[in-house]
Amino acid sequence: MLLEINDLKVSYGKIQAIKGISLNIKAGEIVTLVGANGAGKTTLLKTISGILKPAAGVIKFDGKDIQGIAPHNRVLEGLCQAPEGRGIFPGMTVLENLEMGKYARKDWKSELSEDIERIYTLFPRLKERQSQAGGTLSGGEQQMLSIGRALMSRPRLLLLDEPSMGLAPMFIQQIFKIIREIQSQGVSILLVEQNAAQALSCANRAYILETGNIVKEGAGKDLLNDDAIKKAYLGTGA
Amino acid sequence: MSSIKIAFSKFNLRDSFGAWWENATKKQRIAFRVLLIGFFYALPFLDNPILGTPETNFQSVLFYPLAVYVAMAVGLNIVVGKSGILDLGYVAFFAIGAYTHAILGTFYGVSLWFNIILGAAFAMIAGVILGLPALRLRGDYLAIITLGFGEIVRIVALNLEITGGAAGIAGIPAPPNIFNVTFDVLDPKPHYWLMLTFIMLVVWMYIRLGKRRPGRAWEAIREDEDVAEFMGVETTKYKLWAFILGGAIGGGAGAIYSSQVASILPDYFTLNVSILVLACVVFGGMGNIWGVVAGAILLEYLPEKLRFLSETRILFFGLLMVVMMNIRPDGLFPRKKREKVYDKVTGQEISR
Repeated sequence: MLLEINDLKVSYGKIQAIKGISLNIKAGEIVTLVGANGAGKTTLLKTISGILKPAAGVIKFDGKDIQGIAPHNRVLEGLCQAPEGRGIFPGMTVLENLEMGKYARKDWKSELSEDIERIYTLFPRLKERQSQAGGTLSGGEQQMLSIGRALMSRPRLLLLDEPSMGLAPMFIQQIFKIIREIQSQGVSILLVEQNAAQALSCANRAYILETGNIVKEGAGKDLLNDDAIKKAYLGTGA
Repeated sequence: MSSIKIAFSKFNLRDSFGAWWENATKKQRIAFRVLLIGFFYALPFLDNPILGTPETNFQSVLFYPLAVYVAMAVGLNIVVGKSGILDLGYVAFFAIGAYTHAILGTFYGVSLWFNIILGAAFAMIAGVILGLPALRLRGDYLAIITLGFGEIVRIVALNLEITGGAAGIAGIPAPPNIFNVTFDVLDPKPHYWLMLTFIMLVVWMYIRLGKRRPGRAWEAIREDEDVAEFMGVETTKYKLWAFILGGAIGGGAGAIYSSQVASILPDYFTLNVSILVLACVVFGGMGNIWGVVAGAILLEYLPEKLRFLSETRILFFGLLMVVMMNIRPDGLFPRKKREKVYDKVTGQEISR
């Protein structure tokens, strides 16, 4: 198991956002977490990244309890997140944004150009824009930059928070194609999505999250054909 | 009016000079540096009708307000410009440095050379004491706390016995002679040169740090603190470092200042000073050290030059600020070159 979460509970003050979740990700998998607004998806990702502290439960990464590891050191362990709403640095150029992705490594300058080339092969568009300020990119390009920047740290598990949010359909297709390509390079992915149809068809396995609880899990393709899921998330149910 | 506005905003000294600098040979660069530094060291002797300030002693103006404010602006730039932490109480660090030398120098005979370092050190300690709890907050809340801190230091100085209360401390000693150069109240030149050297050291340190990990971390924090944390930046640590480094520079400048003026009162360290330093940073271009230096020089020099207008000069000063912020909202020399932007459909360059 690459990531193992056991009975995780997270609260904001008195409000419990996550009420006891268990999930796991095997190496090389794409696992998606589907749920409506307020289901606790972003909260879960922030807890895995270490920005939020859990009230109870265990998070194990590669068999190791990461509870006591500070957020910036989790990046070194191989966990990196492309945050919700892209979260690029608007005043930095595309190149500087990518360099920041490797910041956590003390030796960030070694093999820097190789890593950047690797990202440019994945996203040729970023190379064309490399000296442009991040804030002047289009939404789709910003999403590419956000994913590319997360990949700069050479993660073993990439956490993607709503990569399709606010994008044109053409870009959504492209982003999901790239997600599969990243998987083929040996990176595991935890994909949080509202766009259930795309996410389920892309993922190996999926969890359905509703108001802080996991209500269903299974192979992505199976859930795609599940009547209840169809009705609730795909709008195609009987 | 609008065509003037466009013409002025298109003229970009930063870019045209930047282009020259990129293409300059090593010899040209060294020559430029030597000329520039030489010019500033020679400045006290260039008291002529064009450069000089007719109503006041030009050499005094060079030290205070010019050099003092440049030093403070350079320090505050690390906090506000580089890291995006809004500090409205920067004068506190300046006051701590000034009182360090005033107290230790006058009553205990400690030399200014030690007190510059001690003043910086005390300012750093104050920075840690304030910064550790305050830097958990952001934006407006942090600004209010720092504002309060600036006032607290002044009021403490007003009420303590050792700081002389409202009367302050007089007879603060200047350092002993170096070669034939005499440091005293009557001749501001040596203190000006000392402050100039201090500023150059600070700028050099800032540029070195800016190219390394701290510089990157500060910029990331300024751009988006949460994402910086996701990228593995230890945001708390670097925010605190920016805060106390900026404070240390204020403290060092304060020690030199009190040595030159020979007597200080709490009234010298009001909120106005903090606001004016902040104005220098914003006016020059937040986060661009050369912009900040130029901004501070201009903002402190013009009111002295315009002194013949007596009180109305403040009006001109205000007008200048308003016009400037309209034409160049990013400051005199903005941080980043404006990048070319291309239209997504046609591929044509869009002028911004």
